[in-house]
Amino acid sequence: MTATSGKLIKGATGDWEVVIGMEIHAQVTSKSKLFSGASTAFGGDPNSHVSLVDVAMPGMLPVINEECVRQAVRTGLGLNAKINLRSVFDRKNYFYPDLPQGYQISQYKDPIVGEGEITVELDGGRTATVGIERLHIEQDPGKMLHDQSPSLSFIDFNRCGVALMEIVSKPDIRDAEQAKAYVTKLRSIMRYLGTCDGDMEKGSLRADVNVSVRKPGGPLGTRCEIKNINSISFIGQAVEAEARRQIEIIEDGGVIEQETRRFDPDKGETRSMRSKEEAHDYRYFPDPDLLPLEFTQAFVDELKAALPELPDQKKARFIADLGLSPYDASVLVAERESAAFYESVLEALSERARDGKLAANWVINELFGRLNKEGLDIASSPVAAAQLAAIVALIGEGTISGKIAKDLFEIVWSEGGDPRALVESRGMKQVTDLGAIEKVVDEIIAANPDKVAQAKAKPQLAGWFVGQVMKSSGGKANPQAVNDLLKSKLGI
Amino acid sequence: MTDLTSLTLAEARKGLDSKTFTSLELTDAHLKAIEEARALNAFVLETPDQARTMAREADAKITKGEGGPLAGIPLGIKDLFATKDVRTTACSKILGNFVPPYESTVTSQLWRDGAVMLGKLNNDEFAMGSSNETSCFGPVGNPWRREGSNTTLVPGGSSGGSASAVAALLCMGATATDTGGSIRQPAAFTATVGIKPTYGRCSRWGIVAFASSLDQAGPIARTTRDAAILLRSMAGHDPKDTTSVDIPVPDYEAAIGRSVKGMKIGIPREYRLDGMPAEIEKLWSEGAEWLKAAGAELVEVSLPHTKYALPAYYIVAPAEASSNLARYDGVRYGLRVPGKSIGELYENTRAEGFGAEVRRRVMIGTYVLSAGYYDAYYIRAQRVRTLIKKDFEDCFAKGVHAILTPATPSAAFGIGEKGGADPVEMYLNDIFTVTVNMAGLPGIAVPAGKDAQGLPLGLQLIGRPFDEETLFSLGEVIEQAAGRFTPVRWW
Repeated sequence: MTATSGKLIKGATGDWEVVIGMEIHAQVTSKSKLFSGASTAFGGDPNSHVSLVDVAMPGMLPVINEECVRQAVRTGLGLNAKINLRSVFDRKNYFYPDLPQGYQISQYKDPIVGEGEITVELDGGRTATVGIERLHIEQDPGKMLHDQSPSLSFIDFNRCGVALMEIVSKPDIRDAEQAKAYVTKLRSIMRYLGTCDGDMEKGSLRADVNVSVRKPGGPLGTRCEIKNINSISFIGQAVEAEARRQIEIIEDGGVIEQETRRFDPDKGETRSMRSKEEAHDYRYFPDPDLLPLEFTQAFVDELKAALPELPDQKKARFIADLGLSPYDASVLVAERESAAFYESVLEALSERARDGKLAANWVINELFGRLNKEGLDIASSPVAAAQLAAIVALIGEGTISGKIAKDLFEIVWSEGGDPRALVESRGMKQVTDLGAIEKVVDEIIAANPDKVAQAKAKPQLAGWFVGQVMKSSGGKANPQAVNDLLKSKLGI
Repeated sequence: MTDLTSLTLAEARKGLDSKTFTSLELTDAHLKAIEEARALNAFVLETPDQARTMAREADAKITKGEGGPLAGIPLGIKDLFATKDVRTTACSKILGNFVPPYESTVTSQLWRDGAVMLGKLNNDEFAMGSSNETSCFGPVGNPWRREGSNTTLVPGGSSGGSASAVAALLCMGATATDTGGSIRQPAAFTATVGIKPTYGRCSRWGIVAFASSLDQAGPIARTTRDAAILLRSMAGHDPKDTTSVDIPVPDYEAAIGRSVKGMKIGIPREYRLDGMPAEIEKLWSEGAEWLKAAGAELVEVSLPHTKYALPAYYIVAPAEASSNLARYDGVRYGLRVPGKSIGELYENTRAEGFGAEVRRRVMIGTYVLSAGYYDAYYIRAQRVRTLIKKDFEDCFAKGVHAILTPATPSAAFGIGEKGGADPVEMYLNDIFTVTVNMAGLPGIAVPAGKDAQGLPLGLQLIGRPFDEETLFSLGEVIEQAAGRFTPVRWW
């Protein structure tokens, strides 16, 4: 597998290629923690979701939460990855107040999920393939609160022990766009699966980004790791900033030191956290409190059979069965909720009226456009799928024109109501009565002899007549009928 | 009325059932004995009020005919077991006045069956030691002395308080734990019976961890039968400990007196150490003869990797300990010695809270797990462990039912006599017992005789996984042949 080439960065000595690998920490969606029965609910009072195990009281022992194992396997399947029927929990030893045991239970040598790959969507319908190195499960630490007292730090252990999936990519990512697209796609897959809510603001999804630069085709450079980035756009900015920093150092004759850095979004720069020399020796060893994690292929097969349709499959189906463009299909499947809305619209249409492309246009251009403008998400859309379906049906059957449909959409958006009833009550029906249209056409031709002459000489100017007819019919005239009539009357 | 403290647990149970005496009387007799024996320093916390309350409850249940298998039996609890609302320290300063809001699974099963808690028993700090001298509460005195000597001897360790209290008749039985010999060596030093069951037989939940893959709870008792009665209540699967095993707990007492005729007893040649005292050799042969006389067949067996067991143990156990003890950091509970930074707080707390032996083992453990040393030490030790396990498996595959060895290479020694200059001198105490922990097998120590100075000596029987019953049957044969040994009271 080879990486898809990315945008090169121009330096003083020529072009540079960026090589990126990522470690994503994704909080597992589960009711209770990885090794204890405490709740994982977000936003509780500090230390209200804490068990004796979570705070490492003497003699406490971890017991694996099966649901977290299922979620990790499901995620692995979603990443087209190898599922390891036997994996081992190791202790990662280090001291920090948010880590009560003095070690994090993680998986080191034998993770639950091995190699896989995903396809990510780039601008202009391009795609790139990114390899997955592994996925393992581990405990989240607690949270330090430094702003409660001038002299003391406090610790909230609510998050402590919640299950995380660490998803490690291969160094297949080549620029900021690919990096953002990779995280976007991972997030989308996990949200489809329901294995991680992907809420970056709440810290459910965090990225450690490894960046190095090299001359295209040259040997790999020394990498720096930028820790704990919690927004997709910051990931892009951090990659750009870090790559430029490294290029500048190398071009000035300097050497990149392998180190851990942090991204400062306000200044748009990365800053050193600790060097390689200061790196911890984690003294990993198998956790003697836990037996190796073993399950059967049948367990995996059962989970696989119950997986929902994932974005790639859905996209392919939208293109093949509904005739959507790859771009429209990508937009619709990017979020599970968007795809679900679109599919509800289709479902609400009768089989005869089920025009996938028309429905996609309306969902993407009118609805998503409007939602974006208002800063709303699909869940809070004032227009329901059934309402949008009714509008699409009215267009499809020729009851209203596209232009009227936009007005109708506006009414439904701001006032609500049944679109079909609105069309009736507000007289928005399209006029296809040729006699009535002809009457209007004749009147306008008679009143504008100069325009008639011009149009005869230059047929493109017939558009002016179409506009006039539509205007005097209140937009309700069937545009095709108007066109046909004008052409014959004007003799063009 | 005879002194109630001199009864065995089985005899006391009979007396309670027949209402010859009450649990309150039995408990009071032991509380009085404890009070008079403070010189032994076996108890680090006496809980007389709780004991009497539990005794009264037991009496009420016995009257109603609802008494459990241990109804009204007063026991001592090693301070490694978390006891709800009762201070639990593992005899380490770092736990300070830690009072757990939870009860260990093993002790909760004892209370479920009606037992009465007399108090918490002394042990080596975090169970690290073979003489009970590393306890932050000071050493424990062995009820046994050399004939004609006033020197106080150690009771062994780490369950020194448990062994001393049972031998001195301060409690009818005690809980203990064994990571490398901490039940069997003190039992041998005090003429009591101690069994370390198969790894996974008892739940580790609520027991302060030393080395998780080796730690196992078991009883120290006055007789083999008493040990069998206690183990039945202590054992069992616990969903809170995923290393505990879900197989039924047999009625161990039923194995007492069961014929051992036709059983093959392995005598491992590698346990015949150079320079082993002649009286230990003699005891070992005598024990073998007793078993033979009872109908067992003796076979010489080989456990070729025995000599690597102790060094490998002193890699695996400290490695796990260094990680298990990381939680004692002064942040959430126990001792906190402030510092100018979090790093200083850790250093100050752990320097002051841990004793020298614990610090030594944390250092060794940290070292053997470090980058660059892990493969050379930890991985190699784990390989040795696999080989040791295989030695036993090969032996059992040849039809051997149990293996007979000495329990310790010597009798009890004086306080301060060993390990002062060289900790290895102390570690050698566990030479016959660590293999059993490394292989996860059950092992029992039973009193078998005395040395020339009048100090008790024990023999060890090693069994197949989850075949504690055979050990009880064989242990009973030795006990019957050797007789019971009681120290002369000096305290």
